[in-house]
Amino acid sequence: MAEIAIRGLTKYFGNRLVLDRVDLDVSAHEVVCLIGASGSGKSTLLRCINRLIEPDHGSITLGGVPVGSAQFGRTGLQQRVGIVFQSYNLFPHLTVLDNLTLAPRKVQGMPRATANERAREILSLFGMDRFATAYPEQLSGGQQQRVAIARAMMNAPDVLLLDEVTAALDPELVGEVLRIIHDLKTRGLTMVIVTHEMGFARDVADRVCFLYDGRIVEEDTPDRLFTAPQAPATQAFLARLIASGRL
Amino acid sequence: MTATDPQPGANARTGSCGVRPAPDGPPPPPRKRAFDWRAALAPGLISSASIIVVFGALYWLITSAEQWPRIKAQFFNIDHMIAAAPRVAQGFLTNLQVWLIALACIGVWALVLAVVRSLRGPVFAPFRLMVVVYIDVFRGLPALLLVILFGFGIPALSIPGLPNSGLFWGGVAMVLSYSAYVAEIYRSGIDAVHEGQRAAAKSLGLSEWQTLIYAILPQALRNVLPALMNIVVALQKDVALLSVIGVRDAVREAQIYTATTFNYSSLIVAALLFLLATIPMARLADWVNQRDRARRLQMAE
Repeated sequence: MAEIAIRGLTKYFGNRLVLDRVDLDVSAHEVVCLIGASGSGKSTLLRCINRLIEPDHGSITLGGVPVGSAQFGRTGLQQRVGIVFQSYNLFPHLTVLDNLTLAPRKVQGMPRATANERAREILSLFGMDRFATAYPEQLSGGQQQRVAIARAMMNAPDVLLLDEVTAALDPELVGEVLRIIHDLKTRGLTMVIVTHEMGFARDVADRVCFLYDGRIVEEDTPDRLFTAPQAPATQAFLARLIASGRL
Repeated sequence: MTATDPQPGANARTGSCGVRPAPDGPPPPPRKRAFDWRAALAPGLISSASIIVVFGALYWLITSAEQWPRIKAQFFNIDHMIAAAPRVAQGFLTNLQVWLIALACIGVWALVLAVVRSLRGPVFAPFRLMVVVYIDVFRGLPALLLVILFGFGIPALSIPGLPNSGLFWGGVAMVLSYSAYVAEIYRSGIDAVHEGQRAAAKSLGLSEWQTLIYAILPQALRNVLPALMNIVVALQKDVALLSVIGVRDAVREAQIYTATTFNYSSLIVAALLFLLATIPMARLADWVNQRDRARRLQMAE
């Protein structure tokens, strides 16, 4: 059974149709990349999964349970689904360590010592333990994004949503973030990734979905989708990327 | 390593201001010029002379005016100043007390108002409306009117169980009036916190309340600190409004002295005391402002 099952997901922003009856299944431990032009609905789809955005129609289930269900309790969904944003969204007034421990302490009531210990563990996994007492603005973009991923991992989620996590980074900093995502994949995390890094999508994804005008018009293994796209919209999108030298 | 050491491995660039590049490193930074007395002497002399001439002329003009002795006797009489100083200073202590207590009350009450106004759930609609009306009313009324209304009006009711002092109710009026402004300042600070911060907090499972307390408010307060400092300075002066309802603050005490002696030097003493307090506060506000701007510049990099 699919870990995440999305059926008929539809979302309007005002009168604009952003998601149009999207169906998508993601199996446990699978890595799915969502690609497509800006405004095609990728980020909206991602944010519906952890209910940062409330869809207008359709359903999303996580492990067979609807994400809006009372079965998750107030914070159960957030414990199982982590998200990382393009602009990191770290809390600028808190140290790296406190960024990681705030939610576990306040939401789960984890004692500070336990939370700190767990945070340092995760930070050292990402090579960031040296920066535990630093503030976000003292770090490079790549380092901030690594902290943001560490923060999302504090709840030990089953599913990680990544929303263009490398889009705001200088090119030379992209690699360090992508390495971590690779590492998380080998740990068996289920991931849904919105990305503009086609090379990375090709490399890490089990399946790539191409969105166009709020619909998934094509989904396939990366090898097939990138070398032999079937839908005209996918072909046009990839042709534009090749022409601009990004593929 | 001192600044003039050649950086190993760095590319030798050709200096732009005639400094010879080191053979295997970048050219040294431009030397800090020592203070050049000769170069500074002429402008220094000119500005000093100009100051002396202009202020000297002003002094001569004022003191040689026909009415000057009368003005001096009326406003700047040293004997009257010394005589009035103790009671005016005593009154000024009242000003400072009211200022500090009102500051604390305004800070807390305005925060409550701002937080209620920024709550997003539809259930909070009536409370949001109450705050909007409150701010419209108290920001729209002159503080003086409120002071008179509360300071005279409520004690006149002599409701049992409520304090009867004009000082208390005048202070309440100041708090009500100022908290409307400060609430709006807080709210602008809350609104200025990036939406992504809320998204991050929500995605981590924090409730709306926890998001506000732990994520939004600390950033909002830091955003509005410079604006709040200006309010602090303004309140320091406006406490004198309480003198109209008979509170014996510095202004009132000075007036009492004037009423018996027909000399206004006591008011100048009060004025000097206010300046003594407000000028350092204004400098502090400038400093906070400057530091804040530096922080923002750094963040924008």
